[in-house]
Amino acid sequence: MAPLLEVEDLRVEFGRGPETASVLNGVSYHVDEGETLAVLGESGSGKSVTAQTVMGILDLPPGRITGGAVRFRGEELLGADPERRRLLRGESMAMIFQDALSALNPVYTVGFQIAEQFRFRRGLSRRDATARAVEMLDQVRIPNAKQRVKEYPHQFSGGMRQRAMIAMSLALDPELLIADEPTTALDVTVQAQIMDLLDELRRERGMGLVLITHDLGVVAEVADRIAVMYAGRVVEHADAATLYARPGHPYTRGLMDSVPRVDDVAGAPLRPIPGLPPSLAAIPDGCPFHPRCAHAVDRCVTEVPALRELGGDHQAACHFAERFVAEGTDRPTTHEVVSG
Amino acid sequence: MTELATSPAAADEAPAVEETRGLWVDGWADLRRRPRFWIAAALILVLLLMALAPSLFTSVDPAVGELSRSRQPPGDGAIFGYDLQGRDVYARTIYGAAPSLAVGFLATLGTMVIGSLAGLLAGYSQGWADSLLSRIGEVFAGLPFVLGGIVILTSLNEPGEIVGAQELVFQVVLTIVVLTWPVAMRIMRAAAIETAQQDYVKAARALGAGPFRIVLRHILPNTLAPVLVYGAIQFGVFIGAEATLSFLGIGLRDPVVSWGVMIAEAKDRVQDIPWALFFPAGFLVVTVLAFVMMGDAVRDALDPRGR
Repeated sequence: MAPLLEVEDLRVEFGRGPETASVLNGVSYHVDEGETLAVLGESGSGKSVTAQTVMGILDLPPGRITGGAVRFRGEELLGADPERRRLLRGESMAMIFQDALSALNPVYTVGFQIAEQFRFRRGLSRRDATARAVEMLDQVRIPNAKQRVKEYPHQFSGGMRQRAMIAMSLALDPELLIADEPTTALDVTVQAQIMDLLDELRRERGMGLVLITHDLGVVAEVADRIAVMYAGRVVEHADAATLYARPGHPYTRGLMDSVPRVDDVAGAPLRPIPGLPPSLAAIPDGCPFHPRCAHAVDRCVTEVPALRELGGDHQAACHFAERFVAEGTDRPTTHEVVSG
Repeated sequence: MTELATSPAAADEAPAVEETRGLWVDGWADLRRRPRFWIAAALILVLLLMALAPSLFTSVDPAVGELSRSRQPPGDGAIFGYDLQGRDVYARTIYGAAPSLAVGFLATLGTMVIGSLAGLLAGYSQGWADSLLSRIGEVFAGLPFVLGGIVILTSLNEPGEIVGAQELVFQVVLTIVVLTWPVAMRIMRAAAIETAQQDYVKAARALGAGPFRIVLRHILPNTLAPVLVYGAIQFGVFIGAEATLSFLGIGLRDPVVSWGVMIAEAKDRVQDIPWALFFPAGFLVVTVLAFVMMGDAVRDALDPRGR
């Protein structure tokens, strides 16, 4: 059976002429029903653009899809009838955003915005739609939902807003939820609550979850599989445990090393990845990561590494992936990473 | 935290779920609590009454002038005095309300509706529709008001042609709308562009809202504030613009009387007969104030963050 969502060799550019920024350079990933795929990467690696292209809400222009495929249950979405795509949105796939305050319309009550889904897509009356909105707020564990449906987004706390946003997205029971940095704007304790909620809802509903983040700690706990993106490509993909124990790409390893750990000696320097991500208008030849890579050799400067199969659904785009996998890390299991 | 602690009890007492009320219902509920709204509404009501039934306020014919009474100051018989032609300033001010308000209201409405629609379309669609509308707007905005007014009104009427009062009001409104809608469009366009980039518009699209619902439900309510403020202020400006056209002999003219006409007539003799200027100008100021207050109150009521 076709996977729930399949992105294949997706290519997106912005701008024209010498200014052209290649934002996506052949992104491929897939999500199955009921599973969580984490998409990990720095700002500008193309995580959000991929998500918006999948949803069909990328602004075209300035963006330009130059190749690839996005398939939902085997149905090709790129180039599909816009009306068909609009119907899929909300109904089959939904998305939540980083900043829930700006993603909720300030002039409507939270309940009104959730009820809107039921009124326009299900044809319910205002009263019935509001009752369903209360149910949705209950489902995302907002206390006192009956009162809170009548409140405005600015009267909600950050975590509650994100819950309301989740309720709005899940109103029509989508099979796929894309969460674009859902916890980045929240403080740490609330982050954990929201992640737990998303994980629970995914399990209850058997929906596929694409979790876009740059936070390794968030990923480790809930992801089944992880795709690491760099400069508009997936550079490594594996199940969560494998990725943490035996990363095959120096970039993945760099990301993990850059997270401070509890057992670090106090005052020990942080270990950031040196340099900056490349400008997408001038991605270096060869491996795009080579200017920042401690292990780069001549070959890396000239030859673009292909994704290499490393066994057990583990791929990495590095010429020396096998060597790095064999080395492994001194990392403890994922669980300890999180508690650290 | 107190809310968490008390929530179960509160939930029990809560009545059965009511429907969530929309923007306008909530806005009205809020508006009713604002004294500013009621003061403005009362003033506007009196002005409307003056416009619709001037005979309730005076039994004097505003067009009858007796030169023997010329320039008599306010006093017995005429509380606002007499103008140069010996006409009762009070009666003229009362009778001037209808054309003034008609011009102000219709011109404001026309400018705001046309400008807002064009601005929404331009701001939301961007692309070629935006370029086209913006260029057309620039052509009209580039015409100096007086020159444009002369061109439009003289091409509508032959020189010396006698035009009915209603038709003249309509022509003046048309002239003002044609020459000023681009300003409203620019304000709306800027607001729409800003709003269209907000995450909630993206979120609405991600949930499958079509373009109409996005524009009407998500963009329009968030862009109304600047246009409302502009409209309220322009109300007075348009009444003044009507006076400019009258002064040039192409706007409203005798026997139609408007505040603009009165101000235009009186301003040359302000040292001599100040009351002929003062009273219509005072009414104009109060009218503008009432509409500005109304615009402010409506804007605040539609913004839930201010509640």
